[in-house]
Amino acid sequence: MLYCQLSSRFRIPYAVSLQPKTTWTSSNFSNEKSGHCTSVPRNANMEKLRSGYLFPEISRHELEHTQKCPHARLIRLGIGDTTEPIPEIITSAMAEHAHALSTVQGYRGYGAEQGNMALRRAIAETFYRDLGVKENEIFVSDGAQCDISRLQMLLGSNVSVAVQDPSFPAYIDSSVIVGQAGKFQEETGKYENIVYMKYGHDNNFFPDLSTTSRTDIIFFCSPNNPTGYAASRQQLKQLVEFAKANGSIIIYDSAYSTYISDESPRSIFEIPGAKEVAIEISSFSKFAGFTGVRLGWTVVPEDLKYSNGFPVMNDYDRIVCTCFNGASSVVQAGGLACLSKEGYRALSRVVDYYRGNAEIIVDTFASLGLNLKVYGGRNAPYVWVRFPGYSSWDIFSEILEKTHIVTVPGRGFGPGGEEYIRVSAFGHRECILEASRRLKNLYK
Amino acid sequence: MSLTQNLCTPISSSSSAFLAHSNFNSRTKNVSLPAKRFGICKCVTAGPQEAQTAYKTTVSRNANMTKLQAGYLFPEISRRRAAHLLKYPDAQVISLGIGDTTEPIPEVITSAMEMRSRALSTLQGYSGYGPEQGEKALRAAIASTFYRNLGIEEDDIFVSDGAKCDLSRLQVVFGANVTIAVQDPSYPVYVDSGVIMGQTGLFQKDDQKFEGIEYMKCTPENGFFPDLSSVSRTDIIFFCSPNNPTGAAATREQLTQLVKFAKDNGSIIVYDSAYAMYASEGLPRSIFEIPGAKEVAIETSSFSKYAGFTGVRLGWTAVPKQLLFSDGFPVAKDFNRIVCTCFNGASNIAQAGGLACLSPEGLKAMHEVIGFYKENTDIIVETFNSLGFNVYGGKNAPYVWVHFPRRSSWDVFSEILEKTHVVTTPGSGFGPAGEGFIRVSAFGHRSNVLEACKRFKQLYK
Repeated sequence: MLYCQLSSRFRIPYAVSLQPKTTWTSSNFSNEKSGHCTSVPRNANMEKLRSGYLFPEISRHELEHTQKCPHARLIRLGIGDTTEPIPEIITSAMAEHAHALSTVQGYRGYGAEQGNMALRRAIAETFYRDLGVKENEIFVSDGAQCDISRLQMLLGSNVSVAVQDPSFPAYIDSSVIVGQAGKFQEETGKYENIVYMKYGHDNNFFPDLSTTSRTDIIFFCSPNNPTGYAASRQQLKQLVEFAKANGSIIIYDSAYSTYISDESPRSIFEIPGAKEVAIEISSFSKFAGFTGVRLGWTVVPEDLKYSNGFPVMNDYDRIVCTCFNGASSVVQAGGLACLSKEGYRALSRVVDYYRGNAEIIVDTFASLGLNLKVYGGRNAPYVWVRFPGYSSWDIFSEILEKTHIVTVPGRGFGPGGEEYIRVSAFGHRECILEASRRLKNLYK
Repeated sequence: MSLTQNLCTPISSSSSAFLAHSNFNSRTKNVSLPAKRFGICKCVTAGPQEAQTAYKTTVSRNANMTKLQAGYLFPEISRRRAAHLLKYPDAQVISLGIGDTTEPIPEVITSAMEMRSRALSTLQGYSGYGPEQGEKALRAAIASTFYRNLGIEEDDIFVSDGAKCDLSRLQVVFGANVTIAVQDPSYPVYVDSGVIMGQTGLFQKDDQKFEGIEYMKCTPENGFFPDLSSVSRTDIIFFCSPNNPTGAAATREQLTQLVKFAKDNGSIIVYDSAYAMYASEGLPRSIFEIPGAKEVAIETSSFSKYAGFTGVRLGWTAVPKQLLFSDGFPVAKDFNRIVCTCFNGASNIAQAGGLACLSPEGLKAMHEVIGFYKENTDIIVETFNSLGFNVYGGKNAPYVWVHFPRRSSWDVFSEILEKTHVVTTPGSGFGPAGEGFIRVSAFGHRSNVLEACKRFKQLYK
C-alpha cells in the first residue's frame, strides 16, 4: 500500500516545508548586471514576507507538473476557483448594462465609490434582513481580498492582530505588508506579533478564547476556509463577548455563508451586540461564480467606534473614496440580478451542485479507511483531510505526482494546517468523480 | 439615516459621485451642511448623553487618518452644489467640475463586454479567476499599442481597475518610510495616499501643505514645469502629464530633465499618463520615450478618459524590469506580490472591453470621442480667451486652467456657481499654487458646454 510507504523520512520541519522553490529575498538580486539602482529603500515589510502568496505558488507547482507530465489530465481541486457557468438571468443583466453604456440615455460615468444604492439595498435585504444592517453601512467592492487590504490600510501599522490558525493567507500577508506582524520566526513558523488562535479537531474547531491574548483586531472566517467548519451560535456568542470584553474589533469573513446547510449563523450580526464589535466582509465569488467578474462587499456598522469615539465607518468611507473608485458598474448590475428572486434561486442551484461535489469528496476520503480524518465539506466547499504524522506538502506532492490532482497543503494556511490538505469542491461533476476514482486507486 | 447626514463630510479625493449624473449616486442632494470653506466637521452621530454611554472599542484610530481632516476638495464642492440646488431648485446646473466622462462608449467596445458577459453563462466561455496581472492578450495589446519600440513588454504591464487604485497599491509597495514630491497643483490622490501611508507629517494651515512632502510649484511663470534646481531630493516623485488640473503637457526636453534629476537623485518617478491620448502630435506620450526612464520610472494609466470607462473601471501600470530598489531588488517583484495579495485582477468583462478598445476599430472610435472632448475644450478656451482671461491648458488635456489674478479660487467658484449655475473646481483644492485659478473640465454634452460658455460670456463680458 502506497500510503504505508510514506515513512518518517518525509517529516520535515514546519518552516522549511513552506519554502517554495524561489524566495524573493533581496540578497538574490545583484545590481551588477543591471547598472542603475535607485536609492529608494525597499519596504522592509515586503522583505518579511516569507514566500510568494500561497495560491500563485500552487499554480507554479501545477505548471511544473504539467511540464513534467504533459499528457496528464490535471484535475484542479486546489485553488477555490468556481467552474460552473453563471445563470443567464445574471449575465444578461450585465450584457444589457454594457449595451446601455453605448446609448445616450443609458451611459453612466463614475458611480458612488460605496456602490450603487439599489445594490446596497438588495444586499441589506437579502443577507441582513431583520438584523438591523442598513444600506448605508454596506460598501460594495471588487472582492473580499481587496477589502481585506483596504481594511488593513484603514487600521494602520499600530494595531495588533489575531488570526485563526489555520486561515486564509491574505489576513496574515496583508498584516505583514502593513507592518503589524513583526518578524517571521523560523522555529515556530509564525510572525512574532500576530496571535495565532489554534483550532482544530481537538478543540471543536473553535479557538480556546480563555488562552487567547487580547489583540485589537481578530480575523475570523466562518464557514471557514480552509477547514470548512461553520461556527455555532454559541461559539460566535463567545467570540462577540470576548471582543467586547477586550475592546477588540472582529473582522468576520462570511464569504462562504451561502454554503451553510444547517442552522449555523450566516452573519456575525445574528449575534446580539455584534454591531458594536464587528465588521463583516463577503463576496459574490463563491456564491455567484464571480471569481473573475469581481464583486463583494463589506459591512461597517455605524455603531462601531474607535477608542476615541470616532466611527470606524467614516474612515473606511474615506479609504474607499481615496484608494478605490467603486466596483465596475457592469458588474454591479450583475450583482443586482444575483439578488433578484430568480437570480438567487438559480444561484442556489449552483451552490447545491458544488455541495454535491463536496459530499462526494468527503465520502471518498472517508471510504479510504487508513488513518485519515475528514472534516468540512458540509457547510463550505472545502474538505479538510488529516494525514496524521505526515507533512502536508509531501501529501500534496504525492497526490499531484501520482493522481495529477491539485490540492492545497494545509501548511500553506498556517502552522496549524500541518498534516492536512484542503480539497476544494469546485469542479465539473465528472472531474470530481474522476478524482474520486483516482484517489481510491492510489490509496487502496 | 443616510451616510451624508450622520457623518463627517463624506470625504472623497476622487471626482465625487455627487457631481456625476448618475443613477448610482448614493448621496442625497438635500444635504444641509454649513458651507464652510475648509470644513472640519465634527462627527456627531449621537447626542451628548448617548455619546457618553455608547460602546467604544479600545482600538486606536489610525493617526494617519486623523491628518487627513484638513481642507478637502470634492465634498466641499458637493455641499456647495447641493446648497445651490436648494436655493435654486429650477436651475439648470451644468457640471464642468468633476472630470467625469459623459459620452456613450462606442459600440465596438460595449459589444465586446456584452459578448464576454454572455459567454460566462456557457460551459466553453465560463472563466473564473484570471491572472491578477491581467489577461495575457490585453497586456500584450497595451504593450504594443502604447509602448511599441519603447522596450516595455507584456510582462511589465499590470492591468488594474484604474489608476486611482494603482496609486494606492504603489504606495503600499513603497511603505511609510519614503519621501514624496508632488507637483503643486496636482491630483489630490498623490498627497492623500501619502498621508494615509504615513509618509507625511501634519497639515500646516498657514501654507496649506503637509509637512514632509516636497511640493514642486507649477505656474505660468515656469511654464508649469518645476524648477528642478530648487527641488529637494525625495525618494518618489509623482508627475502627471498631460497634467490634471493645469492641462500642461511636458516637452521631451523637460521630461529628459526630469529623468536626469531622478537618476542623479536615485529617485523613482511615478508618471501618471492618464491623459496621454489628449496630447498633441509631437509631445511625448509616455515617460519611456525618454532614454534611461526605465531605470527610474513607473507609469500608470487608465481607460477612464479614453474610453469613457470611469464607471467600468480599467487601467494599467507599467513597472519596468530595470527599476530597482537601492539594494538591487526589482520593484516589479514587490508590485507583483502586492497585486497578488491585495488585489484579485480587474473584472474579466472590463478587460474584454479593454481589448476591444485596442483593436483598430476601437482605437479609431476612442480617438473620435477624445476628439469630441477636445473640441469641447477648444470652445471653453476660446470663450475665456475672448473674455480677456489668461487661459492655460486645454490644448493637450480635457481641462482648462483659467487665471483669476488676486482672487480667491473658492470665491470665483462660488461666483460662477451662483451667477451661472455652472460647477467648476477651485484651483486651491489641488494645492496652494492652484490659488487664483479655476479648473474647467471639458467633459460634457456639446449642448451643455455651449450653454455654459454662453453663460460665462454673459457673466464676464
